[in-house]
Amino acid sequence: MQKEASIREPLILGHKTYHDITEDVCRSIEGKAPKTWYVIFGVALILGLFGIGCILYLLGTGIGTWGLNKTVQWAWDITNFVWWVGIGHAGTLISAVLLLFRQKWRMAINRAAEAMTIFAVFMAGLFPLIHMGRLWVGYWVMPIPNQFGSLWVNFNSPLLWDVFAISTYLSVGFVFWYIGLLPDFATIRDRAKNPVSKKMYSILSFGWSGRAKHWNRFEIVSLVLAGLATPLVFSVHSIVSFDFATSVIPGWHTTIFPPYFVAGAVFSGFAMVQTIMLVVRKGLKLEAYLHVKHIEYMNIVIMVTGSIVGVAYLTELFMSWYSGVEYESYAFINRATGPYWWAYAAMMTCNVVSPQLMWFKKLRRSLLFTFFISIVVNIGMWFERFVIIVTSLHQDYLPSSWSMFHPTWVDIGIYIGTIGLFFVFYLAFARYFPILPIAELKTILKSSGESYKNDTAPGRNKPVPALAAAAAAVQEVVAPVAEIETPKVEAPEVDVVIPPVETLKSTAKPASETVSAEEKENRISSLIEKLGKGSADSKDDLKLISGVGPKLEGTLNDIGIYTFEQVSKMSKAEYDLLDSITGTFPGRAERDNWAEQAKTLMNK
Amino acid sequence: MADRVIYAMYDDDMVLLDGAKKLVSEGVHITDVFSPFPIHGIDPVIGVKHTRLGIVSFMFGLLGMALAVIGFKYMMIDNWPMNIGGKPNFTLMQNFPAFVPITFEFTVLFAAHGMAITYLLRNKTLPGMPADNPYPRTTDDRFVMEIRLSDNTKFSASELHAKIKETEIIEIEEKDYVVIK
Repeated sequence: MQKEASIREPLILGHKTYHDITEDVCRSIEGKAPKTWYVIFGVALILGLFGIGCILYLLGTGIGTWGLNKTVQWAWDITNFVWWVGIGHAGTLISAVLLLFRQKWRMAINRAAEAMTIFAVFMAGLFPLIHMGRLWVGYWVMPIPNQFGSLWVNFNSPLLWDVFAISTYLSVGFVFWYIGLLPDFATIRDRAKNPVSKKMYSILSFGWSGRAKHWNRFEIVSLVLAGLATPLVFSVHSIVSFDFATSVIPGWHTTIFPPYFVAGAVFSGFAMVQTIMLVVRKGLKLEAYLHVKHIEYMNIVIMVTGSIVGVAYLTELFMSWYSGVEYESYAFINRATGPYWWAYAAMMTCNVVSPQLMWFKKLRRSLLFTFFISIVVNIGMWFERFVIIVTSLHQDYLPSSWSMFHPTWVDIGIYIGTIGLFFVFYLAFARYFPILPIAELKTILKSSGESYKNDTAPGRNKPVPALAAAAAAVQEVVAPVAEIETPKVEAPEVDVVIPPVETLKSTAKPASETVSAEEKENRISSLIEKLGKGSADSKDDLKLISGVGPKLEGTLNDIGIYTFEQVSKMSKAEYDLLDSITGTFPGRAERDNWAEQAKTLMNK
Repeated sequence: MADRVIYAMYDDDMVLLDGAKKLVSEGVHITDVFSPFPIHGIDPVIGVKHTRLGIVSFMFGLLGMALAVIGFKYMMIDNWPMNIGGKPNFTLMQNFPAFVPITFEFTVLFAAHGMAITYLLRNKTLPGMPADNPYPRTTDDRFVMEIRLSDNTKFSASELHAKIKETEIIEIEEKDYVVIK
């Protein structure tokens, strides 16, 4: 098994077993949702419905309900679009790029971040669709034969590239996410007790069974999808930046836009992951899997990408002066000192100054501070897009047409609505989907789990098959006898005593099995007397006890043990009695501490 | 006679791997292994060949790229050439720089979806398909070997049982082999 350097901080704290991981992740799905969940869900739903109302009002009335005017033709709509697409960058980056670089810490956040990506890109896609004005002819962006002669879409246009980039990103991101979800849905399916949820998860899991061949394919498919998604992530935001960079508007017409936008997207995406995951880990009690080290890693990414963004801002400023183009210079002077100076100042403070605080180890390991900064960055990145879009447009070449942008209630309503819808989706996801990749976490448990790294994990008891146990017992008996009979035996001669064990072994084994039927009856009735009578009608699923499989469950039921309550009453004497009846795997029940397990299962 | 199958259950991936190595060295053919997560190193032991899905993905990628090139060559160069901002539109090669993003997106789109669909079909994992793992806990913390008697004609059932019991199993069961899907 692959070992990890001991100086690396463990990724899973405390002692966990495979079963614990399943339990910890499934707890929130199988249990009842807390009241706060309903409250937040309700608020998000109301906001979302209000947003949908605003969209419908806009579609019925027209784009004029937005605050756009003939100078500022793009404002909140495209700002929100780019903001959401940017947020949608962290998920695929975490799961694809970090997978290629074999960064195991991604497993604490990849599922949740991918979900965030998909929902964020959903929200992003709404804006250009609405902005097209006539939503019902949205399919015109597809290159399909049509009734207008041979009028095709323009493959030279960055706006069309955007259509393909975003839809490819959304669908590939979804496939990547879902393929990883299949095995985890299968886990939930096999645990589900309620027939409705069993049916639901059985459909969602596509009948995943975890065969060796399937896992072999699974790993390659994940790797290849990661390899495909990595350049895809970079292409998507590059293409979004082409929407601006290929135009001739001062302030937009710059070649550093693609890398600058990609860095900005990763920056804002990670900030959103922090905002959400800090709440989720607390709410779902996943502190063992997503702890300070993970937060610190993400803060380092935020710090690095934030610095790249800062360098890009300064490069823009320098180039506007160095190019000697007065329109270009004016665009930037206007940004910093014009009527929208406050937006520019907000952007600079939030995006350039605040991530630099992450150089302090104490700050980047502080959860509260991280949460605060993540919100600040989200706000700052919204202002970045607003600054780029609105301040470059509002004072154009013709001073007589200079104007300001004032958002209307529809602008605000749709923006707030998308935030509401996003959280509606997200809360539903957190409630019904496994928020951590169960199967993937199990693969790193032994290499990165704390108790396995510092060797405090309880050693695994070797299951003793019946044959060997009998032989060992016989040996114990034989050895002292041999010593008594030949007290002065030399060491080598002890070997001579051993062979009889081989012969005895064959007789010893049947001895335990050939208990007379009557004797067996007696033992069973005395066992049941101690444990109390159970009936097949009020039967519990004894297979949930670690160490009990379907066959053993059958045996237990035959004896008359049906419920956890009965099992919980067992102690050493009962275990021995049970072993003498079943005759298989002696000592297992005691070792696995069935009684304790049954007690916890009973209280569920 | 219907085929019989022995299911040997383990509680640890590495123990199963050791057990599998031992059984295979004794000539037992392990038909399949069910596990809650990929057991690294099991594939060569039980004879699972390396998957060819990577090649599938590459071929779908080529297909996507070809379709994209054929598509925009026909639409933008042959069928309805448009002069957009003076960008050269007379030959495919001259106009190609503007088509690079679309070419890339189509390649990725086809490679990813083609591979994913092939993967689901080959695994027989599609919406509504029944699961065929022998015990529900194999998706939680149990690891099960499937040993079919018809694959091990040189051993009798009891010989196989004895061999399997020498490994650190926690449970063993023999039943009729049922093909679920």
